[in-house]
Amino acid sequence: MSRNNRISFLLIAPLLALVMAGFVLPIGYTLLKAIDNPQVTAALPRTTALLSQWDGRTVPDEGVFVAFMEDMTTSRENRTFGSMTRRLNFEENGARTLLLSARRAAPELSAPYSVSLPERVPEFGEPGIWRLIKAHSNPFTASYLLRALDLRIASSGQIVSVDDDQAIFLDLFERTFVISIWVTVFCVLLGYPTAYFISSLSDRAASYAMLFVLIPFWTSILVRTTAWFILLQREGPVNATLLGAGIVSEPVDMIFTRFAVYVAMVHVLLPFLILPLYSVMKRQRSEYLKAAASLGAPPWRQFVSIYLPMTMPGVAAGAVIVFMLSVGFYVTPALVGGLQDQMVSYYIAFFANQTINLGMVAALAFLLLLFTAISVAVTRKLVPGLGGTIKA
Amino acid sequence: MMRFAVPIFAVLVLLFLVSPIFVIFPLSFSSGNILTLPTPGYSLQWYEDFFLSERWLLATKNSFVVGFATMFAATLLGTLAAFGINMAKFPGKQIIVGTLALPMVVPLIVTAASMYLAFSLVGLANSLWGLVIAHTIIASPYVVITVLASLQTFDMNLLRASLSLGAPPARAFYEIVLPMILPGVVAGAIFAFAISFDELVIAIFITSPGEFTLPRQMFAGLREFLSPTITAAAVVMVVLSFILLFITETVRRAGERTKLGKSPS
Repeated sequence: MSRNNRISFLLIAPLLALVMAGFVLPIGYTLLKAIDNPQVTAALPRTTALLSQWDGRTVPDEGVFVAFMEDMTTSRENRTFGSMTRRLNFEENGARTLLLSARRAAPELSAPYSVSLPERVPEFGEPGIWRLIKAHSNPFTASYLLRALDLRIASSGQIVSVDDDQAIFLDLFERTFVISIWVTVFCVLLGYPTAYFISSLSDRAASYAMLFVLIPFWTSILVRTTAWFILLQREGPVNATLLGAGIVSEPVDMIFTRFAVYVAMVHVLLPFLILPLYSVMKRQRSEYLKAAASLGAPPWRQFVSIYLPMTMPGVAAGAVIVFMLSVGFYVTPALVGGLQDQMVSYYIAFFANQTINLGMVAALAFLLLLFTAISVAVTRKLVPGLGGTIKA
Repeated sequence: MMRFAVPIFAVLVLLFLVSPIFVIFPLSFSSGNILTLPTPGYSLQWYEDFFLSERWLLATKNSFVVGFATMFAATLLGTLAAFGINMAKFPGKQIIVGTLALPMVVPLIVTAASMYLAFSLVGLANSLWGLVIAHTIIASPYVVITVLASLQTFDMNLLRASLSLGAPPARAFYEIVLPMILPGVVAGAIFAFAISFDELVIAIFITSPGEFTLPRQMFAGLREFLSPTITAAAVVMVVLSFILLFITETVRRAGERTKLGKSPS
């Protein structure tokens, strides 16, 4: 390495080290949690070791029961029992109740446990619960990623769809995609003529007009969402105006609806489309349009064949930014949307802060990252053809 | 007809963009207890509420502390890195640049949740230090970009000349390079402060009630009870954004002027 390169690397190193330690490692660590599965083996080490030899067809023998009783005592002391029950209950509703009743009964039981435990909790006299423990005693699991796609591993080992009342995630991803696409479309429809208008003004007028874009761009997203929150309330200014003008006879429910989500998100993201589009439009040379006009092209033809294709890179750049940002949006839908308008981000926050299910946080984060990366890659690939689809 | 349609449409869109922000102003001076327009009368009660409340003041103070610390760290690290990137010629440079830019493209919620999980392990969650580190990471790519842009017009021969004349590297950087790229550095610094001051998603994850920042306190206020004090807080934030916008525009214009002045070609 030359001396110059050594110096330049030393200059980059501090920031690179910070980004690696504070960003790349944390994200890697989180994504690993999507397949990490330590809870059952940590709480029931002896039981799971013995169960690995078990064929899974009949009830396990007395040895497994003895190991299970010992494991329950140790896991109570080292506090691993609770997370194990939550882990298994995530896979099979009701597993937690069974395990807790077994632990409650344990002090009064005497050997042979393969007889006394099923007397108190009959389910332990059947292979089902043992199969569940065995199935999830692997240190790695696909179950969080599968659940994020509304699938689960049945105790028979097959991958099946989850029950209808738990199948929420495919809908969630579809909804995230649909909301983001519409927000992008609205931003393009509103932003294109606006950017065109600003680029047609004199430099002085354009810089004043740009203030109307820069002021919201610089205003915090939260402040703008707050403004919409207030504006769209039942007693809010928009309803008051509609009532006053006699357009409606009673207040319309606008807050906590999909409509509110679209209005607020388009408002927040529109500057991200206008800014790159304006800079592309400002650089356009009018000679081509004049040439087309002198050759007899009517205005609409000049626009469709010359101006639109030339400004398409700006549309594509802005649309990719808007789409990417809206896919990961959290604050705005969380504040002005209802439960049916929440996107993937909301559930990542929900699993991280409320139910503390790190596996689901990681699985959803992984899919959201993948989703963002694929969308951006696909859009990039489509950019040359994008002009064609819009023209048609 | 098209002649008028586009301008009218565009003006309506521009009004749509600014009006919600300005609606906040009259509401924050309202003498009423519910947020309606027209306001029943004017008073300063919500500002009084804001400036006399310990919670809001603490949140404002935290925001400034975190904002300035982030600005300092991101500007220092970002400027050094941009300078290194500018003169680097080694293979794998693109990978390094891509890694540094990652925080800009990864959805903020993924960054926030990951930092929360990892920072808890090392005791950085629920601390303002953790927030400063997180904000520095997401803000520094913007500093790198703005400084790189201003370095493109910088002639490296000037640096070589000063070094060959015997200036120590630190002095050469301070007296030759820094003054010429200053507009980019200042713009990057303001960007870093603004990003930190507005940031909410990471703050939701890694602050606890005693360390709320201003956006975090507003978010809590909006979710729990809609007190009009929020409008006063919002106005404080908007005014601050205006000040930052004004400074950036001034710096940008000054930068354009010096560039025009020194390149007759």
